[in-house]
Amino acid sequence: MAAIQLVINNSPHEVEISPDTPLLWVLRDKLNLTGTKYGCGMGLCGACTVHLDGVAVRSCQTAVSSVGTKKITTIEGLSADNSHPVQVAWIAEQVPQCGYCQCGQIMSAAALLATTPRPTDDQIDTAMIGNLCRCGMYQRIRRAIHRASEGASASTADASAAKGA
Amino acid sequence: MSLSRRQFVVRGTIAGAGLVIGMRLSGRVANAQENSRAPKKAAPNPFDAWIHVKPNGQISLIVAKSEMGQGIKTGLAMILAEEAEVDFTAVSVEQAETRPDIYAHMGTGGSGSTMESFTPLRRAGATVRQLMITAAAAKWQTPPAECVAKKGAVRHSKSSRAASYGELVEAAAKLPLPDPEKVKLKDENDFVLIGHATPRVDIPSKVNGSAQFGIDVRVPDMVFAVVARCPTFGGKVAKYDAAKAKAMPGVLNVFEIPALGKDQFTAGGIAVVADSTWSAMKARDALEITWNHGAATAESSDALYESLRAAAAKPGKRIRNDGNVDITLPAGATGIEAVYEFPYLAHATMEPMNITAHARDGEAEVWAPTQSPDWVQRTVAQILGLKPEKVIVHTTLMGGGFGRRYMADYPAEVAQIAKVVGKPVQLVWSREDDMTHDFYRPAACHHLRGAVDQAGKPLVWSHGLASTSIARFWNSPDKAEESEVGGAKQMPYAIPNVRLEYTAVASYVPPLWWRSVEHSFNGFVVESFIDELAAKAGKDPVEFRRSLLVKAAGWKAKNDEDPDPARLRGVLDLAAAKSGWGTPLPKGKGRGIATYHSFGSYIAEAAEVSVSGNGYKIDRIVAAIDCGQIVNPESVRAQAESAIIYGLSAALKNEITIKNGAVEQTNFDGYDPIRISEAPPIEVHLVHSKEDPGGMGEPALPPAAPAVANAIFAASGQRLRKLPFQLKMA
Repeated sequence: MAAIQLVINNSPHEVEISPDTPLLWVLRDKLNLTGTKYGCGMGLCGACTVHLDGVAVRSCQTAVSSVGTKKITTIEGLSADNSHPVQVAWIAEQVPQCGYCQCGQIMSAAALLATTPRPTDDQIDTAMIGNLCRCGMYQRIRRAIHRASEGASASTADASAAKGA
Repeated sequence: MSLSRRQFVVRGTIAGAGLVIGMRLSGRVANAQENSRAPKKAAPNPFDAWIHVKPNGQISLIVAKSEMGQGIKTGLAMILAEEAEVDFTAVSVEQAETRPDIYAHMGTGGSGSTMESFTPLRRAGATVRQLMITAAAAKWQTPPAECVAKKGAVRHSKSSRAASYGELVEAAAKLPLPDPEKVKLKDENDFVLIGHATPRVDIPSKVNGSAQFGIDVRVPDMVFAVVARCPTFGGKVAKYDAAKAKAMPGVLNVFEIPALGKDQFTAGGIAVVADSTWSAMKARDALEITWNHGAATAESSDALYESLRAAAAKPGKRIRNDGNVDITLPAGATGIEAVYEFPYLAHATMEPMNITAHARDGEAEVWAPTQSPDWVQRTVAQILGLKPEKVIVHTTLMGGGFGRRYMADYPAEVAQIAKVVGKPVQLVWSREDDMTHDFYRPAACHHLRGAVDQAGKPLVWSHGLASTSIARFWNSPDKAEESEVGGAKQMPYAIPNVRLEYTAVASYVPPLWWRSVEHSFNGFVVESFIDELAAKAGKDPVEFRRSLLVKAAGWKAKNDEDPDPARLRGVLDLAAAKSGWGTPLPKGKGRGIATYHSFGSYIAEAAEVSVSGNGYKIDRIVAAIDCGQIVNPESVRAQAESAIIYGLSAALKNEITIKNGAVEQTNFDGYDPIRISEAPPIEVHLVHSKEDPGGMGEPALPPAAPAVANAIFAASGQRLRKLPFQLKMA
């Protein structure tokens, strides 16, 4: 057991825990940040994706002791009010079905757009291939990423889509 | 589809002021799913749902329908708001308490929620509207015909008088209820919600982590548990040493739980309880267990497939027999034979099985991601020695259901653990537990024999079906075919000599309903073999199907499973038109099609593929959907996309194999569903229909795989008859 300092969603935390514990279980079982999901425990499904200093990582494969001073962002810290462009796009495209994988999908998409503001379909495939969705909402995920990447121009598209409907 | 449906709308009692109406959903689908296990006892109360119009004019619909992503809470609110003439946002759908004494049916499955609810909810909503108009007319002493209800208020058309439902509800609650069969329903042309895309109410909470799934339940003082189960089906603990596990940090308790038999079907094993999921998992790894693997060690997939092939080729129980499939073929006729093979499949919901329970003195509380809360309640009560009404079951959101979450195995396990622990305890299945101790889509082999005459007209369709059987697993050997032959029995093409025979094959692997149940393989076989006959006849696959989808004068559905040939042809034509059927394609590309009926809906899908060498790519899928009256087109589209990808994951990639009585695949590396880079673009086209709603959770699945297989044949001449396809995606 060790006392480990973490900065999560801009707030400092200290947890007393065995250092090899994956960050996933620290978030879920010790800090009640349950938006980060357990799906496979092997880095195969992406449901546990969080950001370390803005980079998407699988928290099930990240020992809590390895985080160091890197800032952790979880889905709960992405925005206070569903206003992150990826969240806005996810709602506009009605992406989630069961929703279980979507926090991880959104964290992967947000990290992609932070480095690649206008990703191609191939870049989306590369960034999102590690995130499984058993409800198969991949087409909507792709559309939502394009929508989020369009930023201001998306609102024009919204207005014309609303008129068309 | 016209069904005789009994509905009741009567006054009930529920806490709180306002108007309360009880209603009964049509029980057909619920009954079908529950027959195999529910106690045969009439509910003391005929209602499945309550509508509560509150003094502030808001309406609660309290109904036992679990949300697993199908958007049911949105769809039901739309139906009620439409007829009640209130804003969509004025209706909230609340999860009913688990009270089988109040709710006759509590299951969610069989693509049935909209089918069961549509007409009863319309009548209930219309009842609310009519009571409000009657109350307003009495208040103003005007004829009701001069009063109009809209947006949660009644207005008098000849004066400026208006009253909100909130103002009227007290008077409305004292009025006699109109006959629900006679309340006037809205004209479909006046619908402003039903048939109009409406954003789902559950989505905002699913983009920020606040949606609470079963595994997210957190209660004060809770602990976490995992179970070490024998990898072999039916295996038991011979002996174990927990010393190392108990010495690990955070570990609170280690103990054995026995396997439970029929109805629960648990493996038993060693439970490890700790202060976090991770501590419990690590301590489980440190257990030293000697298993008595038992009789199932004799089972392997190769031998099972061999038995299935042998059984499919032999006569079985006759399910359908039109004409004589053994006729002597006329001169010039040619016959073909084909064998189709299907493996076991896991449900692999994204959220692994889990459940939280707290056994207290004389009562218990359970938080369950379940399609079947009443079964959870009975199971937990039985294990804890309580009366069911002493077990409070909260139904949480589910990270996927697909049939898996009907089962009571994980609820039984948590009850066994909670009994010992005495604190709130969350049982978590690891992905490996989930993959290796699922209840699997049956494995099957189909032996088809057909013949076409010189003119290309089909003469014979003989279908031998062998599978491991769900009904047999439930101890109904005399009805072994029950969840295996649907869709094959109703093979819709007009062929004079048709036979279907069924044989159940024994296996230690527990089977279960998997999204679209037997239609997942029967749809593939029917729509592949009709394509094979078309090729044999030298006919275009669309024209060949059209010529055999004949609706005779006076045709009437024999039952709900009996497809209307005209509706099958309608979606076939639409899918063909939208896919550009018949227009030229470059070499190496091909189109394939399939049209199929299940769960009350008619869906045709056309696939376009590119094949080069041993690799292929699906360029697009075009779906044409006739699911009767559409409630939320947005949900219909989403469900179609979902079912297609779920079906293609199985067709293209997934297989559960058995070695020495145990599942060989343990995680998403061995059982990898379709990923974003492999997902084809899907176009969905909807048929405008006023028929009763059909289901949408499952029926888009069966036609997807045969459409792709038929397209690969068209592109390359290769006929794929074994799933998953033995051809790699490029």
